[in-house]
Amino acid sequence: MAEIVIKNVRKEFGDFVAVQESSFTIEDGEFFMLLGPSGCGKTTTLRMIAGLELPTSGEIFLDGEEIGQLPPSQRDIAFVFQMFALYPHLNVYKNLSYPLVSQGMPRAQVRAKVDEVAGILGIRDILKRPVGGLSGGDRQRVALGRAIVREPKAFMMDEPLGALDAEFREHMAEELRALHDRMGATTVYVTHDQLEAMQMGDKIVVMNNAVVEQFGTPQEIYDKPATMFVADFIGSPSMNFLNFSGSYDKGSTRVDLNGQALGVPELREAASGNLTFGVRPEHIRLNVDGGYRGEVIAAEYLGTTQIVTLDTPNGEIKARIGSEQPARVGETVGLEFLDSTITLFDRDTGRALCSALNEEVLANG
Amino acid sequence: MSSFSVTEPSNRSKWFAGTLVILYALVTMIPLAWIMLTGFKSPADAISYPPKVVFEPTLEGYVNLFTTRTRQTEEFLQNNPPENWADDIVRQYDMVIVGPSKFGERFMNSVIIGFGSTFLSVFLGTLAAYAFSRFKIPLADDLLFFILSTRMMPPIAVAIPIFLMYRNLGLSDTHLGMILLYTAVNISLAVWLLKGFIDEIPKEYEEAALIDGYTRFQAFYKVVLPQAATGIASTAIFCLIFAWNEYAFAVLLTSATAQTAPPFIPTIIGVGGLDWPAVAAGATIFLLPVMIFTILLRKHLLRGITFGAVRK
Repeated sequence: MAEIVIKNVRKEFGDFVAVQESSFTIEDGEFFMLLGPSGCGKTTTLRMIAGLELPTSGEIFLDGEEIGQLPPSQRDIAFVFQMFALYPHLNVYKNLSYPLVSQGMPRAQVRAKVDEVAGILGIRDILKRPVGGLSGGDRQRVALGRAIVREPKAFMMDEPLGALDAEFREHMAEELRALHDRMGATTVYVTHDQLEAMQMGDKIVVMNNAVVEQFGTPQEIYDKPATMFVADFIGSPSMNFLNFSGSYDKGSTRVDLNGQALGVPELREAASGNLTFGVRPEHIRLNVDGGYRGEVIAAEYLGTTQIVTLDTPNGEIKARIGSEQPARVGETVGLEFLDSTITLFDRDTGRALCSALNEEVLANG
Repeated sequence: MSSFSVTEPSNRSKWFAGTLVILYALVTMIPLAWIMLTGFKSPADAISYPPKVVFEPTLEGYVNLFTTRTRQTEEFLQNNPPENWADDIVRQYDMVIVGPSKFGERFMNSVIIGFGSTFLSVFLGTLAAYAFSRFKIPLADDLLFFILSTRMMPPIAVAIPIFLMYRNLGLSDTHLGMILLYTAVNISLAVWLLKGFIDEIPKEYEEAALIDGYTRFQAFYKVVLPQAATGIASTAIFCLIFAWNEYAFAVLLTSATAQTAPPFIPTIIGVGGLDWPAVAAGATIFLLPVMIFTILLRKHLLRGITFGAVRK
């Protein structure tokens, strides 16, 4: 279907910069997630691709054709809105046929096409119903149907599951992903829910404050965060930050925290000043006699695992350990970190330091 | 269930509220009922004191409203039998019908001017309201305030300038002049009301239409207009009620060709002064179009008044 290239796109609303020069590529057939907190510019980016906003500068290519300044009707892109935006004065059939009628498609063909799409989505039996009385899930299906019925080059989805209740969201997410796999259409999906992004996406762009923080597969983003923002935003609980300072040469494999030497992936650049030692909760183990110690201040039982909060000389951290392991509040225990998973950050810039772990990811930008 | 509920009023308070509403409605309906009854009274019954509630109904008032009559000699009356039932009624006063009265013409003027200005107000109001609601317009708030400020004094306060202006422009006593005048008075109401309604329509609907391959204007009339129908209907009713009932400007600016019904009805003269049954009959007929229009749009009106009160 289509490849989308975003090149130095920037959007200003008056004095407010909604999106700073951003560039990334969405490959043909990818399920692509735009992830970030509210107000980070992800929806604006999506709307620029769809043509609902025009970029202040920069270019957007769809299949090699520059579409940045075209009206939405000439882009052949479908959009699924957060609140669905089904035409309330029309019934389900008319909602689905609306995009086809605008193209001047003959009636019989419209009927066949709508029937086909209704079959795919399992909504044949509600075609005659007004959209007002539909359940959230059916509305969602009709909204999707309206998007896929004219076989656009790409789909834009703006938090399409946001309006559904939690229980149903899970189910719809699976349905959506299955639909994507079946149609193989390029899909750009905006969400603020990191779990949704990790679960559904082939690739993720993490945005914050109008800036693209990182762009990569869910694994890359989770294991090799490029910035402290990404490390903090992704994962629940998020990555632990232990603050320290020091000066280390390129090639170092140890850092000193509170007098204890801790292993890190081999540094590929020199580091000095205010640094942060980043470790995921599941990469921490508790033992009796480890050199680096912390006091247990809380334990949260989650079934198979538990989240233990510890007070260390370098700040509070959370560890995810098996729930069978003892962790008594008030006890001081030794901490062991999985060396190969550690990311060091320059605390002043917020950027990850290049190491054997993330070298390739950082090189990609 | 318990007898007390936060959301559901008790039966007793429902009865009480219902009785109160019906009583109030009855009180406010009395003048209306009186006018309608008077239309079917004879001139003597209409002015009798104490007022007559029970009387012998007659269509005299309606006949007098729609006809002009003249007195005839007894000889003529005997040689020419009554042509129809209406003629029969007027003969008791030794009169015959010689032609229609001006009421039909005045009534048509009211229809043309009332509906014409309503259409124009709502049409322009919808376009303006849409623009104010959706587009970035420089000084939009000031413009809206300016539009509203045209209603900050009673329109009749500018009667004299308008009278002079209309005389110079040749708009005095013309249908166009009255339509433009009522439109000017109504447009601020229309813009403000409709802007509220259009603001309530999420812009995603239009965006969906844009994505679905429609132009901005197509999106406006295919998606926005049907959803604004409620607002347009209730705005139209308010505009029509004003234009239909307007009296002061109609007295001042119209006389022969474009005179509307309100200044005409109270001047219907009968034998020995005002013909009250005919005046009452005229008032009754004059009420009908607005009543029918309101009943037709009643569903929209009710939704319109409470629109925006509850977030969907």
